[in-house]
Amino acid sequence: MSTSFSLGDTIREANSEAVKRMLEAEPVLVDVVTASEAIPDLEEGMILHAGPPIDWDRMCGPMRGAVAGIAVFEGWAEDLSEAENIAESGSFKFRPNHDYGAVGPMTGMTTLSQPVLVVENRSGGNRAYCTINEGLGKVMRFGGNDASVIKRLGWLRDKLGPAIGSALRSGKGIELKSLVARGLTMGDEMHQRNVGCSSLLLRTLAPELSRNVYDRTELAEMLAFIGSNDQFFLNVAMVLGKAIMDPVCNIEGSSVVTAMSRNGTDFGIRVSGLGEEWFTAPVEMPEGLYFPGFSAEDANPDMGDSTIVETIGLGGFAMAASPAVAGFVGAGTPSSAADFTRIMGEITLAKNPEWTIPSLDYQGVPTGIDIRLVVETGIAPTINTGIAHRKPGVGQVGAGVVKAPLVCFEKALRALAMRLGV
Amino acid sequence: MTMTSKQPKSETKIPDKNTPHPLLEGPPRVINVGLSLFADDLKKQDAEMVNVDWSPPARGDIELANLLAKLSYK
Repeated sequence: MSTSFSLGDTIREANSEAVKRMLEAEPVLVDVVTASEAIPDLEEGMILHAGPPIDWDRMCGPMRGAVAGIAVFEGWAEDLSEAENIAESGSFKFRPNHDYGAVGPMTGMTTLSQPVLVVENRSGGNRAYCTINEGLGKVMRFGGNDASVIKRLGWLRDKLGPAIGSALRSGKGIELKSLVARGLTMGDEMHQRNVGCSSLLLRTLAPELSRNVYDRTELAEMLAFIGSNDQFFLNVAMVLGKAIMDPVCNIEGSSVVTAMSRNGTDFGIRVSGLGEEWFTAPVEMPEGLYFPGFSAEDANPDMGDSTIVETIGLGGFAMAASPAVAGFVGAGTPSSAADFTRIMGEITLAKNPEWTIPSLDYQGVPTGIDIRLVVETGIAPTINTGIAHRKPGVGQVGAGVVKAPLVCFEKALRALAMRLGV
Repeated sequence: MTMTSKQPKSETKIPDKNTPHPLLEGPPRVINVGLSLFADDLKKQDAEMVNVDWSPPARGDIELANLLAKLSYK
């Protein structure tokens, strides 16, 4: 038996285990707690952000805006100007969410006092965390940092977060795998379209919220907040993705991608057989459609941990489930949506039998990105994404599609070969 | 790479230089492999054509192609 044949067998077995863990995951939304409770290693002045590691001097505009805003929110600075000076001085500790069992959309700020959704993976025995979706318009995930943004974060911390936490603890948690399966049949792909799942989540949460929130005005405000945000479920989809993928890390020899993420400057991937090492390349600009009054000149490069959604076979990988999204993100006609899913099948190892797409005769979503297949075919993972304005504080200006840079996968392939003694 | 198929022949004969090559006797039937640009042009002319989406492994990078061979999943 030749060396290459043996290696092929080793990798095949490792990948089989990786895919098994992905498909057997049982993510359940169980709680909302403060980030300090969920992540004991968080400390004063520590800011978790989206994407691979980055320091202040290389951060893009929206990321800097969010850092300044969250420092004011946490009381580490009196105002935005002071916050920027502290960041410039190097006094904040910047760390990736992914290193702490967490994910965050766009800028992905996670700090001590923010409430985080808690998803427990009952097959893996692990938990993952993500902040609550802030809604649309001017929000911190797009770099917004004015008084309205800070005020909303306070309301999430003081009112909505604790209320959802109580509601979840009153019940048995919300089993997410079946909820996502239903969302796929309702036209969601869980990245740029979450209308179905947000509605299902609200429907499930509403009775327990009503039992736990005694002030009718506050209850109405909470229900209206969730009900008016089609993307409320996005953060849930992200944290369930993180909960699914963390047990897939560190399988010796596996070439399956366990995380894809971007910080607005770099795109990074992690691979199961290569532990926590990031393989990075400059992040690309999304191609898409812009809201009235904005153009590509206003756009910030791609950003956020939300690509964990594609890592588990949703988002751009499940475009066939969501023809409307193909038009919304400027990816082509609704009838071309299926092509995206079929092409992602070329770089993945399996189809998820529980997450199926009606328009593909109930074929499962492409699951388990293999870096070897990406490098061999030159087919880059397709990501559906929101587009942030390049200036901090403006917010979302469009939505589009972006490709994961092939260089990340090529670097990872070389590293895997070296690790396996090739 | 674009290949044009041979037209059906009833019998083998050496073409006379004054008669058209058999390939030119009917409309072309084409298999295009690789660059879709050629396929797009033929499509515009309503030519009978099949496009094969193909590119060299690892975008033609020999070092990566060799690594892929050693880490093969086949």
